[in-house]
Amino acid sequence: MRFVDEFREPELITKAAHEIRRLADPRRHYRLMEICGGHTHAIYRFGLNDLLPPNIELIHGPGCPVCVLPMGRIDDGLSMTQDPNVIFTAFGDMMRVPGTQGSPLEYKARGADVRIVYSPADALKLAQSNPDRHVMFFAIGFETTAPSTALTLMRARAQGVRNFYVFCNHVTIIPAIRAILESPEMRLDAFIGPGHVSTVIGCRPYEWIARQAGKPIVVSGFEPLDLLESIMMVLRQLNDGRAQVENQYKRAVLGEGNRAALKAMADVFEPRPFFEWRGMGFIAQSALRLRECFAEFDAELRFRIPGIRVTDPKAAQCGEVLTGALKPNQCRLFGKECTPEQPVGALMVSAEGSCAAYYSYEHRKAALTVLAPAL
Amino acid sequence: MPSSPKIRFRDTQIEMAHGAGGKASRRLVEGLIVPLLGGPLTGPLGDAAPVNMNGTRLAITTDSFVVKPLRFPGGSIGELAVNGTVNDLAVSGARAETLVVSFILEAGLPTEVLEQEVRALAAAAQRAGAAIAGGDTKVVEHGKADRMYITSCGIGRPIEGVEVAPASVRPGDRILISGPIGDHGITILLARGELDLEADLCSDTRSVLPLVEAMAAAAAPGIRWMRDPTRGGLATSLNELALDCGLGIYLAEEKIPVRDTVRGACELLGLEPMHIANEGQFVAVVAPEFADAALAALCAAPGGQDAAMIGEVRETPAATVLAGTAYGGTRVVDMLVGDPLPRIC
Repeated sequence: MRFVDEFREPELITKAAHEIRRLADPRRHYRLMEICGGHTHAIYRFGLNDLLPPNIELIHGPGCPVCVLPMGRIDDGLSMTQDPNVIFTAFGDMMRVPGTQGSPLEYKARGADVRIVYSPADALKLAQSNPDRHVMFFAIGFETTAPSTALTLMRARAQGVRNFYVFCNHVTIIPAIRAILESPEMRLDAFIGPGHVSTVIGCRPYEWIARQAGKPIVVSGFEPLDLLESIMMVLRQLNDGRAQVENQYKRAVLGEGNRAALKAMADVFEPRPFFEWRGMGFIAQSALRLRECFAEFDAELRFRIPGIRVTDPKAAQCGEVLTGALKPNQCRLFGKECTPEQPVGALMVSAEGSCAAYYSYEHRKAALTVLAPAL
Repeated sequence: MPSSPKIRFRDTQIEMAHGAGGKASRRLVEGLIVPLLGGPLTGPLGDAAPVNMNGTRLAITTDSFVVKPLRFPGGSIGELAVNGTVNDLAVSGARAETLVVSFILEAGLPTEVLEQEVRALAAAAQRAGAAIAGGDTKVVEHGKADRMYITSCGIGRPIEGVEVAPASVRPGDRILISGPIGDHGITILLARGELDLEADLCSDTRSVLPLVEAMAAAAAPGIRWMRDPTRGGLATSLNELALDCGLGIYLAEEKIPVRDTVRGACELLGLEPMHIANEGQFVAVVAPEFADAALAALCAAPGGQDAAMIGEVRETPAATVLAGTAYGGTRVVDMLVGDPLPRIC
């Protein structure tokens, strides 16, 4: 398969792993945060931790949009399904995320009209083919998915669709990184920068991380070789005492980003003064809402939203895991009360959530004695 | 008075995941259905149950089919209803002899659709060498079922020399797969037309009995365990084996046959090929001294050319399936959780 197999070539991966071991100074401990949940998933999926020397520690960042959404927003979104005329649509990732009264799938099992869509455009199509129903799209995601929501809203307006609404939960990555760097317990050496987000925003918004915070950041692709090469680039910067923004994912990411996507976002959305992130609290200017000129499509204005605030279960330590202060398996509930099948926190639901990835791919490996493939 | 059976199933309502063949299905069956119907579990649940009728050993199984859409590239619900039951018997070491089938039809179903499916069913039974001895038909109001559902039940006789049980699996045994995985599930997903994706792909639905017989002819004493990895895919079948025998299963990921179209669709959709349903493959655990002969027999049989040896049984990690990459990374392969692709068969 082109653009995949080249980046999973065993021989090249082995070489890269050797180079990483050569570059890693045995007297140092390296704490690298991969910001993006897609990277977290790939690291576990491909068993990359097995290839790294023990003094390179990968810390999982907050770049999983489902995971950072507070439970109250899920309840708010699901409250709209009380109106039997509403069709609730969301990406598949959202479907098993628990609200206080159950996940969207549990609402569906109880009779609510809940449907999975693969893009906001599918939700718009659904609205057009069901003109007597209200179709609500539960929008989530960073700058990766926000442009498609924006373009869908522009299309809805151009086509005069009157029964399509967006419940906007889009968030932006830079304020979250700032919050992590300002957190007192944070001791990070460098970042693996998000790949998909950067295809939209480019590399420039990260400059302050290198200049002001003095931390190297390398924007990375998602295949094993991409991630290993990015780790190599980070190690070289750290060894040289440099702090720069570098782009490993050149085949997809341009320095200035995707101008058309950025313009669509700017036309449709404006920053919210504050937005709550699960485990991280309220972060200023960290989320998007619809501009006034799109008010007719704004589910928060069209429906009565209770504005529920729910504190996470006390024992759950999603916040500490989200900010990298705890490893997934160090949470009190991990693998006991909280499993992918019966999740307490969203980190255990989404494929990009570090707890789900750790649970699925890693945690029983502890008992492993033989590593070398025999076949 | 007999003590009341212990119900461990605590979910308050049935959800799609309980029918997906993964973890939730296992909890439902073992926590509610088996305790009430069969008393305490006396052994692992297989694809078919052994019965002894006055000294004659038989195997019996039943399966329901609710696939949507009814017809898809490479097959249809009628064909699935035969092959699924024939395969459950085959991987239990039995040759299907007699089937009975029941139809649940929604009022308004065009007769033409029913006729096509009955024809497909008859043709599949003939190919599999099984007789259809009886059946039943029920009709429900329009809107109370989705066009048609089929339940089939099959009885088979043992294939000579084949004794399969998770308890006989030993460290060092080899894992064999009869062909590429994921074709059926991805075909159904694409056939629903919700994704705007197109690919040249067909369901793998077929009777695996000829392949099982070919393997048995060459290596019957070495065959320890077999399963047809339908809902929940290869990962779920092997996790069930790992739990039932308490041993570790090590897979060499690059040896597992997966078509590029299936891999591509999985990459795009974030699915794991090992979680995708198959309807015409089986996975077998074979003693190491018989493994090469078993694989050679499979590869030489019609439709078995892509069979592969994909892993081995190990002492550790206990009750766990592990996949290793060619470059030395490893990951745990878990059972299917949730239900990414409902109503696949």
